[in-house]
Amino acid sequence: MSETPKDRYGFETRMIHAGSQPEPVTGARQTPIFQNIGYVFYDTDHAASLFNLQTFGFIYSRLTNPTVAALEERLASLEGGRGATCCASGHAAQILAFFPLMEPGDEFIASNRLYGGSITQFGKTFRKFDWRCSFVDVDEPENVRRALTPRTKAIFTESIANPGGVISDLEALSAIAREAGIPLIVDNTMATPYLCPAFQWGADLIVHSTTKFLSGNGTSQGGCVIDSGTFDWAQNDKFPALAAPEEAYHGLVFAETFGDMAYTTHSHAVGLRDLGSTMAPMNAFQTLLGIETLSLRMARHCDNALGVASFLEQHEQVAWVSYAGLESSPYRALAAKYMPKGAGSVFTFGVKGGYEAGIKVVESCDLLSHLANLGDARSLVLHPASTTHRQLTDEQRIAAGAGPDVIRLSIGLETLDDITADLEQALKRAAS
Amino acid sequence: MSEPLTYSDEALRSVLAEARTIAMVGASPNWNRPSFFAMKYLQEKGYRVIPVNPRAAGQEILGEACYATLAEVPIPVDLVDIFRASDAAGAIVDEAIALKDEKGIRTIWMQLGVRDDGAAARAEAAGLEVVMDRCPKIEFGRLHSELSWGGFNSRIISSKRRRTRIA
Ligand SMILES: Cc1ncc(COP(=O)(O)O)c(C=O)c1O
Repeated sequence: MSETPKDRYGFETRMIHAGSQPEPVTGARQTPIFQNIGYVFYDTDHAASLFNLQTFGFIYSRLTNPTVAALEERLASLEGGRGATCCASGHAAQILAFFPLMEPGDEFIASNRLYGGSITQFGKTFRKFDWRCSFVDVDEPENVRRALTPRTKAIFTESIANPGGVISDLEALSAIAREAGIPLIVDNTMATPYLCPAFQWGADLIVHSTTKFLSGNGTSQGGCVIDSGTFDWAQNDKFPALAAPEEAYHGLVFAETFGDMAYTTHSHAVGLRDLGSTMAPMNAFQTLLGIETLSLRMARHCDNALGVASFLEQHEQVAWVSYAGLESSPYRALAAKYMPKGAGSVFTFGVKGGYEAGIKVVESCDLLSHLANLGDARSLVLHPASTTHRQLTDEQRIAAGAGPDVIRLSIGLETLDDITADLEQALKRAAS
Repeated sequence: MSEPLTYSDEALRSVLAEARTIAMVGASPNWNRPSFFAMKYLQEKGYRVIPVNPRAAGQEILGEACYATLAEVPIPVDLVDIFRASDAAGAIVDEAIALKDEKGIRTIWMQLGVRDDGAAARAEAAGLEVVMDRCPKIEFGRLHSELSWGGFNSRIISSKRRRTRIA
């Protein structure tokens, strides 16, 4: 038989078309918003087949919905994975990602430089499920190896860390995960699949806050877990939810019945069924629209970010700039390896004058918006120590790159000179 | 591990479009086994599926009589779907090759995870189409957009509107 390459179409084509064929009944070309909960069964036997997972189809929108499914397929395609599960937020995606892997008392290892909200979620809220996270400095992969125990079920890191301009050495982390027989989970929110093809570098699962660059306009909360389909859940006895009989489905073994579709099937049929953190169809639609222009936006985000970072690096009131796209960054080589098209548009800098000066800069901006989000078409500015990373201890804040003098920028798509001019006047006002 | 197999969508589409009767070797009467899922799904799509399994011979599975061997199946078979471990596949392939003209067999299909490159070469040399390490249920669902409903990557991109009319 003849052979076909894995993906016949390029990334930009898949941004627009993957998951979205014309709607067969009406011919509608844009993916419709299926603002609908229940789906009619042909007969009771069809209903039984659906509930038994014996056939494909929609039952109830908490589990699957056609608009959300279009986004899932698009993200699975762009990341090069087997399947995807969308959910209500990036934080929901993190719970959903760990849910098939963890039993009470199980552990995982995470980078100590994650988004502050993730550190709180893993370190505090996950404890209530008796899921235990040890945070390590993953710049030294040996730290990860040393933290492994027989109950470690995953390694978690961000491809580009929020907010620090820090890049993870994905290949080294993946080698450790592989050796331990556990998956590497990468939060690819800040890079997006356009900048960082994390599966190619050994990630087994990818999580996203689709709230950020994927939707792109600061309108729609969402998250996604994407499965590479290449991790063998039955290689050891660490993952009973996937490789041992599931009582709620009469003893069905997900890994045996669904093969490389086991993880994503479980995430819908058990994860969303019982955690209930479903994505709204309207948000899926907005995110599908956003992704249609992802490559164009990310290229511009990166160009503008490099322009702003270079401007700040030359500025006399700026103590330091942490952007992995700059030659001066210790992460420059890792960025060139893992995200050669650009190091993203979220980074930090320190103002001379510390905490007080930092607050003044943030409050003096007229064009950059002072708010807690990132990945918007608008440029955003924030003082992490007093906002997103507020729940952390001083020590955790420093480790996470969110010390008292740190200002985080998420550079948008405006005219570069206008962004630098706004920062220039804000720095001037902070100095006066 | 040998190289992963790749089959073009066009080739899989034509195999699935041309087949009407499938002999499923290793079909299980247990409603919660993967083969039962696949058989039920393929029946729903309009295929006649004849179960072959010596341990269930004489029983009915999903309304069809089960036979002990391929040779005992009393009607023509377009496609033989092998739901057995890889090391059992070769003997079934050789039986299918021997019965090819008598039963009208055109395709040998080995399930997801089932692969025997030597047996595949023998079948191809005998003029049979061979698909290995794939599930006909998953491929049918993928090619008809049903797999996408579960958030899976079908790798299919098309701007064509599908027609609703009698075939
Ligand atoms: C890197 C990263 N991961 C996860 C999240 C959480 O996403 P959400 O706000 O959609 O729950 C965020 C949000 O800021 C983030 O920046």
